[in-house]
Amino acid sequence: MIYLQLFAEFFKTGLFAVGGGLATLPFLQDISAKYGWFTASELADMIAVAESTPGPIGINMATFSGIKAAGILGGIVATFSEVLPALIIMTLVASLLSRFHENRFVTSVMGTLRPVSVGLIGAAVYSVLKVALIDTQLLSASGWSLHCIRLPAVALFAVLLLVRFKWNKLHPIVLIAIGAAAGILLKL
Amino acid sequence: MRNLFELFSSFFQIGLFTFGGGYAMLPMLQREVVEKRGWATEEELLNCYAIAQCTPGVIAVNTATYIGYQRGKLLGSIAATVAVVLPSLLIISIIATVLQHFADNAYVAYAFGGIRVAVSALVVHSVVQLWQKGVKGAFSNILCVAALALMIFTNLSPVVPVLCAALIGIGCALFGRKKA
Repeated sequence: MIYLQLFAEFFKTGLFAVGGGLATLPFLQDISAKYGWFTASELADMIAVAESTPGPIGINMATFSGIKAAGILGGIVATFSEVLPALIIMTLVASLLSRFHENRFVTSVMGTLRPVSVGLIGAAVYSVLKVALIDTQLLSASGWSLHCIRLPAVALFAVLLLVRFKWNKLHPIVLIAIGAAAGILLKL
Repeated sequence: MRNLFELFSSFFQIGLFTFGGGYAMLPMLQREVVEKRGWATEEELLNCYAIAQCTPGVIAVNTATYIGYQRGKLLGSIAATVAVVLPSLLIISIIATVLQHFADNAYVAYAFGGIRVAVSALVVHSVVQLWQKGVKGAFSNILCVAALALMIFTNLSPVVPVLCAALIGIGCALFGRKKA
């Protein structure tokens, strides 16, 4: 029975959480309060793990909470239930678009959507940069000062950015590995 | 069959090497989907991202489904979606059952501090590339900066700029303004 409940709850999460991984958080809090499969502090741990493992955060959170609720099988059920609404909707959208891609309304809307999409990604990048390069705890505790800038992180960022622009054929995982090693050495 | 296998192996790698949210997937998507396989152009990737932003679900998965469908219809979308999710499922299963204290380890935390910096550098490069290819002309630049500013300075959902852009696009098509 718990698998049916997991299916229903995570299908709902997948259907209504618009805009990326952390948008699923309120739904998970709701599930935690309703069923008690996991506690609020376990949820906080899950965010930490989801952010520090490969894979999209939203999926990691679904797998983790499913496992907490009902073991490995629970994790599998939760993950695929969360993905199912998107699979259905995106397949419909893609099939509609491939049929109408020469329609002048579709090409015009795509023409205005693309620059907006770049802006949205830019804003996401801004928030990643903030977390990576600025000591946000210090910033909220004592206001803006030069000490809030994490200099070793900024230096590493500058080096990696230079490497990326100079050798853009390098596999992204190489830079991630360098980042991880430097993170341990510099205690970032 | 070969097509499905390629989709599966590409998106499995993309899922495996994505650290962070959906945007962190961009460098891997550009490499696998645009440069290596030639399944989509950078413009198509941007279309796909805009749509993925305002449809329900995790952006990374939506993008996989969309590209999977374009390459191999329904089976393609299923293959790409399952493949992008599978690494998470495997890794989290191991961590949740065996490595309970994984995230508490100081070295793991340091490593991820460094990984966040690396991901930042990768995505900055991706955005610059996308901007060069997808944003041309004054009108496009205005739209791009407006969306960026809205997201940074307000708490609006990304659905708002996407819908506004769609309306502007419809307006342009109706009143015969030349393509933005």
